[in-house]
Amino acid sequence: MGEFDFSVWGPSLPFIRDGLLFTLRLTLIAMSGGIVIGTLLALARLSPVKPLSLVAGAYVDTMRSIPLVMVILWFFLVIPFLTGTPVGAETSAIITFTAFEAAFYCEIMRSGIQSVPRGQVWAAQALGLTQTQAMVHVVLPQALRNMLPVLLTQTIVLFQDTSLVYAIGAKDLLKAADVVGKNYNRPVEMIVLSALIYFAICFSLSLAVRQLQKRVAIVR
Amino acid sequence: MNYHWNWGIFGEQVKGGEETYLDWLATGLGWTLAVSLTAWLLALVIGIAVGALRTAPSRPIALIGSAWVELFRNIPLLVQMFLWFFVVPELLPQEWGLWVKQDMPAKEFVTAALCLGFFTSARVAEQVRAGIGSLPRGQRDAALALGLTLPQTYRHVILPQALRIVIPPLTSEFMNVFKNSSIAFAIGVMELTFQARQMQEDSEQGIETYLAVTLLYFICAFAANRGMAWIEARTRVPGLIARTS
Repeated sequence: MGEFDFSVWGPSLPFIRDGLLFTLRLTLIAMSGGIVIGTLLALARLSPVKPLSLVAGAYVDTMRSIPLVMVILWFFLVIPFLTGTPVGAETSAIITFTAFEAAFYCEIMRSGIQSVPRGQVWAAQALGLTQTQAMVHVVLPQALRNMLPVLLTQTIVLFQDTSLVYAIGAKDLLKAADVVGKNYNRPVEMIVLSALIYFAICFSLSLAVRQLQKRVAIVR
Repeated sequence: MNYHWNWGIFGEQVKGGEETYLDWLATGLGWTLAVSLTAWLLALVIGIAVGALRTAPSRPIALIGSAWVELFRNIPLLVQMFLWFFVVPELLPQEWGLWVKQDMPAKEFVTAALCLGFFTSARVAEQVRAGIGSLPRGQRDAALALGLTLPQTYRHVILPQALRIVIPPLTSEFMNVFKNSSIAFAIGVMELTFQARQMQEDSEQGIETYLAVTLLYFICAFAANRGMAWIEARTRVPGLIARTS
């Protein structure tokens, strides 16, 4: 058994808090951006316009088959070429995660849209709604509601995946723990602390999602 | 947008070494395959056992199964890598810990394969549990009524059917193993992502490097997919509605 000294946890808290705040900010931005772009991608994928659905499909399938670490490295390398200026690891991480998660939210929204009975669309059309109106007012709200638990579960996965910004050195929760661990020469204790924080947050969120799942189910 | 393309870079020698960049990528591919395949074997064995435990009629046993799954599902894989690499040796008895830290052969590889295997086992367990749950109740009842013990029922009746049903979701887990193996770079396994970062810094031909590595990951995932499809076609349960392709 090694010697543990957990007293390092006290002075580490301000750093951990800053790291956790970045992790949360990254998660929330990537989630909201990802759901919006993902929904648009899903509509494109289901669109009768062939080129549109092909492009959206290719984007989603590509993102889903590349390891996330490679996607993070790719964006970090390519964004400066596209914008002409170097961007920080944090900005790069936010762009990467939004673009990457959009592909996953797209698939969830697509199955959500497809789970709405066809009669709903016909009824909307019979009432005189245009195609767009039917989508916005009838189909999407039901798709979103059906898929809410899955969207949230994906967000928990996203929250865990943000730790991979380690690859480009962005200062998230894990990086903060890493830095404190090095400064105080207590890396082991700090890894344990970060694991506990991740576990506490993810486990309570997944319990909450399970409760929600029972409540939002549409009674037919 | 002034990037100097150099597709010949793969044949060039690395700075301060005899090998070419192609050799680096080949080494990377080798470690990626080694970590992924070892982890997958481990994940299958543990995952099937834990998945079966979660459907056991005994409550404490089922609880151990769920604790296992929740533990591995709610900590990021990268943090789990660090836990196995830095924390677990400290928890072992002193001589063992010292041996792991200093003398264990291929320490990074063993740690990464164990970590990825345990992580994936939790996900395999969930699929196996779902597969067992999808079987008609009568299968278990009939087996028990015939006088089979519970372990025999699992061994001869439940698992042979459930495992064949869950092959499609297991296929995507198998593909995930290759993707997730990329995280092993963080503890120093010289797999593809590690080589990608190293070659990008060394050669400064980032785009060619990443394209090659991404392509290799694609090929791994594709091969995994085809391999599982082959197994799926060969083990289809007669009489069930199944995809024919």
